[in-house]
Amino acid sequence: MHSRSFIAAALATTFLTMPALAADVPAGVTLAEEQTFTYRTLDEFSSLDPQVVEDVDGSNIVRDLFEGLYNQDADGNLVPGVALSHEASADNLIYTFTLRDNAVWSDGAPVTAGDFVYAWQRAVDPELASPYAWYMELMSIENGAAIVAGEMEPSELGVSAPDDRTLVVNLSKPLPYFTKMVTHATTFPAPRWVIEEHGAEWTRPENMVSNGAFVLEAHVPKERSVRVRNENYWDNENTVLETVTTLVIGDDAQGLTRWRAGEVDMTDIPAGQYPALAEEFPDEAFALPRLCNYYFNFNLASGPEAFQDVRVRQALALAIDREVIVDRVLQGGQFPAFTFTPAATADFEVPEVEMASMTQAERDAKARELLAEAGYGEGGEPLSFNYLYNTNEAHQQVAIVATQMWKQKLGIDVTLENQEWKVFLETRGAQNYDMARGAWCGDYNEASTFLDLLTTESGYNDAKFSNARVDELMTEAKSSSDPQPLYTEVEQIVAAEMPVIPIYHYSTNVMLSDAIQGWPMNNVEQNWYSKDLYRVAD
Amino acid sequence: MLNYTLRRLLMVLPTLLILVIFAFYLMRLAPGGPFTSERPLPPAVMANVLERYGMDEPLHVQLWTYVRNIVCCFDFGPSFSQKDRTVNDVIAQGFPVTLTYGFWSAVFVLVLGIPLGIIAALRHNGFWDYTMTGLAIFSQIFPNFVLAPLLVLLFTLSWGLLPGGGWNGGQWQYVVMPAIALGTSYMASVARLTRGSMLEVLNSPYIRTARAKGLPERTIILRHALKPALLPTLTYMGPVFVYMITGSVFVDVFFSTGGIGQDFINGAYSRDYSVLLGLAILYAVLTFALTLMVDLLYAWIDPKVRAGLA
Repeated sequence: MHSRSFIAAALATTFLTMPALAADVPAGVTLAEEQTFTYRTLDEFSSLDPQVVEDVDGSNIVRDLFEGLYNQDADGNLVPGVALSHEASADNLIYTFTLRDNAVWSDGAPVTAGDFVYAWQRAVDPELASPYAWYMELMSIENGAAIVAGEMEPSELGVSAPDDRTLVVNLSKPLPYFTKMVTHATTFPAPRWVIEEHGAEWTRPENMVSNGAFVLEAHVPKERSVRVRNENYWDNENTVLETVTTLVIGDDAQGLTRWRAGEVDMTDIPAGQYPALAEEFPDEAFALPRLCNYYFNFNLASGPEAFQDVRVRQALALAIDREVIVDRVLQGGQFPAFTFTPAATADFEVPEVEMASMTQAERDAKARELLAEAGYGEGGEPLSFNYLYNTNEAHQQVAIVATQMWKQKLGIDVTLENQEWKVFLETRGAQNYDMARGAWCGDYNEASTFLDLLTTESGYNDAKFSNARVDELMTEAKSSSDPQPLYTEVEQIVAAEMPVIPIYHYSTNVMLSDAIQGWPMNNVEQNWYSKDLYRVAD
Repeated sequence: MLNYTLRRLLMVLPTLLILVIFAFYLMRLAPGGPFTSERPLPPAVMANVLERYGMDEPLHVQLWTYVRNIVCCFDFGPSFSQKDRTVNDVIAQGFPVTLTYGFWSAVFVLVLGIPLGIIAALRHNGFWDYTMTGLAIFSQIFPNFVLAPLLVLLFTLSWGLLPGGGWNGGQWQYVVMPAIALGTSYMASVARLTRGSMLEVLNSPYIRTARAKGLPERTIILRHALKPALLPTLTYMGPVFVYMITGSVFVDVFFSTGGIGQDFINGAYSRDYSVLLGLAILYAVLTFALTLMVDLLYAWIDPKVRAGLA
């Protein structure tokens, strides 16, 4: 390609396709008179401050109250939010966002590029000490890591606003999926004047100023929070819902009871009840694919000697009948997993791995063969170890079934051990285990959010797996325009080395009243926006 | 009497201090901390977070700061898990909720339990006695975690009379089921206790004397027998009321009332040290206040005790 046209092409502005911007109500649908949506969460949210919030429930509310550069549509694709478009420099190190001129805060002030600069500097500021400061580091924003470490001033962050409509971001490396990361709450704008006036109390309903499709009307901690339509939102005319209420219900079964009583429109399905509920309410029980995996960690640093033998690790992985775990035990529409990254991940093609194409009988035969070769199991040295998981009924069922399969097929004795969540995290993080449960939900919809966990430096690499080639490939993927071949190779190395045993990929099981329409069923991150929902008449 | 009250009050402070010190260190013995998470925070982020909450200091310095802030400014510190709120906020919001239905629950316990006990005693070994005893045993074998779902099944799902949970500012519909679920087993105990002591009093010599004088039965029961017969119930109710409030964890979570029981559970799971410590202090103060109140009531009812205190 001619160099000039190459630069021209690289500089071309990315305009996002303009889809249905808000609730897309088909013709002929009669809307309910009362446009309300009430849903249940398990816990009180951690915060409503976009730069501080760290939990899923809190983020769901923050996405309604604030609007970032881009939003996601029903399929998880990027659609314009406060930003209309962006331009990337030829080396993909500088991103220039053009903001819309009609975005305003709920107090009437215009939303400017400066509000984003303030928010992003705030996110890395050691004084705010946001537990999500690492997200800014992950986005590779210039000087982010140094500011978090206290070596530089927040004002030196690689983000600037040459004018009110232009936001310029400098990256330290050409992250191919950078734009996908700006739908996350940490990157949402923040109203400096409100925060300076009210301090930590700025998120109270009486103080809060926000720029999303909804504003916070009321908040009774641990009981309910209510948000109502923001009349100042630039696309307010396309918002249908008037009131969205979050109820905290700490008990799954009670959540379901109150869904049955019509008190909430949406709730999670208690473990194991999906098949029965799907039969009783075929139009209201859903199993949605989710960007999460479930696996077993081998402790390669200080675990049993046998785990150092890849044949033992392979044998254990082969002998697990994932169909049984998914279809007979969990019964919630999960997907058997032979690779680490879920198939639902955007732009990710599941690499072919040998184990996936075998029948279970073939896997069992090979497992016995490998184990015998390694000198363990029947006829060899007896093998026994501990399996550690956090106290939870579903985890326990998976553990019992998997260890029974090992016992029956390979004659391996496994002792089950469960611990309370935080104790479990400490034990696993300190490698005081033989084999332990692991699971991860993607922070953004790209394979590296999973595969990065298997690099030597990752803080969540509890198996302590270290493979120079994997590290190299994942570093390369950070600046590659087509990382799929790199990811394929990483998955193949993982399948061959088996430092972790992928068991299944998650699904979310929810009851959603059929009166509520517009839910993004195909968004695997389950990032939903109340402005896209509407209630139909009975 | 005043002297006695003052003496008791003076003992509160050192006891509280010992409690704070014990609770403070004990909590930290549990593995994990408020910022332990699935994805471990990068060291620089963790350092900032710890500094922000003063957890980078040695433990005894943290303890000193904590006590000093309470004494000087009645400041119980920030919550670690609800990052927009302080412990003062958390308690100010949750405690009135628990107290409200705890109060109605206590009313339910006394208003139903005492008359049931008296009636059973008066109809000793009769139909009412057996019915009451049966009822009492029946409700005692129904712990609140069995009773609560049963109530919801009937009142919410079957009859649609009451909302299945929530608080909604404490409207009566939202208070009924939590109060009944919390109180039923105590109501049974109060009924049995009242019955027992009433029987004992009714068989005592001075009641026989009253009867011999030809006083009307009504006067005997209400003027002479009731007050002493209530003494054991009163002793029982003081700690039980505290226990009802502190033991309301299940009811708070099940009915999603937003009361402090939920904070206790969540605080323990998320290692929210400051909320847990704040609640421990609250419960201790409550226990002191109510036992003192019961002791004073005792003195008011029982002349023998009053004489002892003087």
